[in-house]
Amino acid sequence: MTTVAARPATMAQALTRALRDAMAADPAVHVMGEDVGTLGGVFRITDGLAAEFGEDRCTDTPLAEAGILGTAVGMAMYGLRPVVEMQFDAFAYPSFEQLVSHVAKMRNRTRGAMPMPLTIRIPYGGGIGGVEHHSDSSEAYYMATPGLHVYTPATVADAYGMLRAAIASDDPVVFLEPKRLYWSKDTWNPEDPPAVEPVGRAAVRRRGSSATLLTYGPSLPVCLEAAEAAREEGWDLEVVDLRSLVPFDDETVCASVRRTGRAVVVHESTGFGGPGGEIAARVTERCFHHLEAPVLRVAGFDVPYPPPMLERHHLPGVDRILDAVGRLQWEAEN
Amino acid sequence: MTVMEQRGAYRPTPPPAWQPRTDPAPLLPDARPYRVLGTEAAGSADPGLLLRLYRQLVAGRRFNAQATALTKQGRLAVYPSSTGQEACEVVAAAVLQDRDWLFPSYRDTLAVVSRGVDPVRALTLLRGDWHTGYDPYEHRVAPLSTPLATQLPHAVGLAHAARLKGDDVVALALVGDGGTSEGDFHEAMNFAAVWQAPVVFLVQNNGFAISVPLAKQTAAPSLAHKAVGYGMPGRLVDGNDAAAVHEVLSDAVRRAREGGGPTLVEAVTYRVDAHTNADDAGRYRSDAEVETWRAHDPIVLLEEELTHRGLLDDDTRTAARDAAEAMAADLRARMNEDPALRPDDLFAHVHAGPTAQLREQAEQLRAELAAEAEEAGAGTGTGSVAGTGSGAREGAGR
Repeated sequence: MTTVAARPATMAQALTRALRDAMAADPAVHVMGEDVGTLGGVFRITDGLAAEFGEDRCTDTPLAEAGILGTAVGMAMYGLRPVVEMQFDAFAYPSFEQLVSHVAKMRNRTRGAMPMPLTIRIPYGGGIGGVEHHSDSSEAYYMATPGLHVYTPATVADAYGMLRAAIASDDPVVFLEPKRLYWSKDTWNPEDPPAVEPVGRAAVRRRGSSATLLTYGPSLPVCLEAAEAAREEGWDLEVVDLRSLVPFDDETVCASVRRTGRAVVVHESTGFGGPGGEIAARVTERCFHHLEAPVLRVAGFDVPYPPPMLERHHLPGVDRILDAVGRLQWEAEN
Repeated sequence: MTVMEQRGAYRPTPPPAWQPRTDPAPLLPDARPYRVLGTEAAGSADPGLLLRLYRQLVAGRRFNAQATALTKQGRLAVYPSSTGQEACEVVAAAVLQDRDWLFPSYRDTLAVVSRGVDPVRALTLLRGDWHTGYDPYEHRVAPLSTPLATQLPHAVGLAHAARLKGDDVVALALVGDGGTSEGDFHEAMNFAAVWQAPVVFLVQNNGFAISVPLAKQTAAPSLAHKAVGYGMPGRLVDGNDAAAVHEVLSDAVRRAREGGGPTLVEAVTYRVDAHTNADDAGRYRSDAEVETWRAHDPIVLLEEELTHRGLLDDDTRTAARDAAEAMAADLRARMNEDPALRPDDLFAHVHAGPTAQLREQAEQLRAELAAEAEEAGAGTGTGSVAGTGSGAREGAGR
């Protein structure tokens, strides 16, 4: 066996590798979506798959998201493991009925007889200068739909490991890819991918003692940067990468918050009705007597996603995160 | 040759070299709904087939009447009857092989039963003790689909998958006239034609989408004409002529099986009953209109043909009626038994394995039921939450 040394790889490359390895390992895995064949996808995540596995396994579909997901449901009924690509977050909305009414409910409707081993890959979030409809954070819609799993990787290793896990899962997984991290790099050995935490568990990305930042996907690097900057203020922040929004890892989250006594949830999605409200409520219900301050949220504003020239005002940044940390009632300790 | 290669390359060419991809003329439906009964074509129809269809229509009519009666007795939450449409319902099942798949809408319980699913299990959704009472893989019948036309892309995907695997499987999908206005109808037609999937779409045009007549639904010359725009043949058939429906659907299934691709069949029929037992059809149509259709009833048309050919004697009629009554009596008796409810099913099949959160919630319900049982004195036997793992398959309606 030849050994390939770990070298810098992008999240996009890790995702491509995960698809390729999954297709090689299981002939039931079929990739389908708009432009995924000849072009390799608008983000090139499916690059080379049609050439290697043929167009019947990596298929350019007609341009119709409900049809893509609806036919994928039928393919899953017949024992295939479709991996669907939605081109952008906001372009997935036409498939919402198929997702909510069939993908999420089929196993339950049939008392387990008809599972839906589907993976729905959706590039999501902003920060890439996209015009309208190219930068939505739509995770709250999927989280609010019983029957779905919702994963979102934030590291190169997780991109590979979690996508393999999603495809291997007998449950439908909405796999949200933080598109501004597609070109983020890490040292990674494609021939011997590093082990990842089991999916469904959160990961502590930075140990700290003053307060916990709870985050996921595109906001993880921002939180890690904020945690470094916070040292100047005398705060030692812990950063938890949720990884899987459904199932939600109450255990890891609460263990961290109980230890630090303070928490801020950070995400791009809107604050009102966003994931942060649910997370803050869960933490408060379980850790109330350990909390030194209310759980705060740093989220996108409650506005439609802004045009590219204004998006930096919308996205949670280091300063806004540090402001929130500063409001965690530190003076009450003295 | 792969499926994708078979589709062939198509790239636009600038005028004047531009050509249509195919000749649309062969795709066009007949000018009038195709008929067999009462025409010369009926003479060559197989007597055995006609008698079999007759018995199935009589049983189907009785099934619709019995299910409607069960709503009045509170044994069914609701029943969307297919009275008047029995020819389409029973023939849709009759033209399929065991290995084929049927994709029904919510009005197609009779088609599901005709495919061999136990009537009590087929009615589980409408009784309300669970969503689907049968294992779809047992008779290759998808769950009854309530969201309109959403089952059509499933049929396309399943047929496509079967073809990719090299299996000889055809999918037949049912939809109503109202459903043809849905986006999923369009997307399913388009995918089926592009992929040349072995699928047959049967539109039962019964005149109404609850209260809205076809004129408010479409401006198309006929629903069958819609096929032409997708590049597949459209067939227009008298949906109350069981022999004609059988011939047209058999042709379409054969065509799909032989690799000829999808067909859209519009069967012109009539919803004799209201939308459901909860609907008041008198608000949007006249009794006179309904009476016109009663004269063109699928059972009446077939009886006339069989009588004309000397194939229908009193014994045959009586035997068909007796068999239908026996089926209805059995259904009535079994539906009058209260289903055994399983509250644990709420959590058992949401995911392959329960999440920590669902385990907590199952625990909560278990405690509530235990308290309820304690309050009621002796245990009632309906309050068991056995657990949330697998193994909870045996339950009501299965």
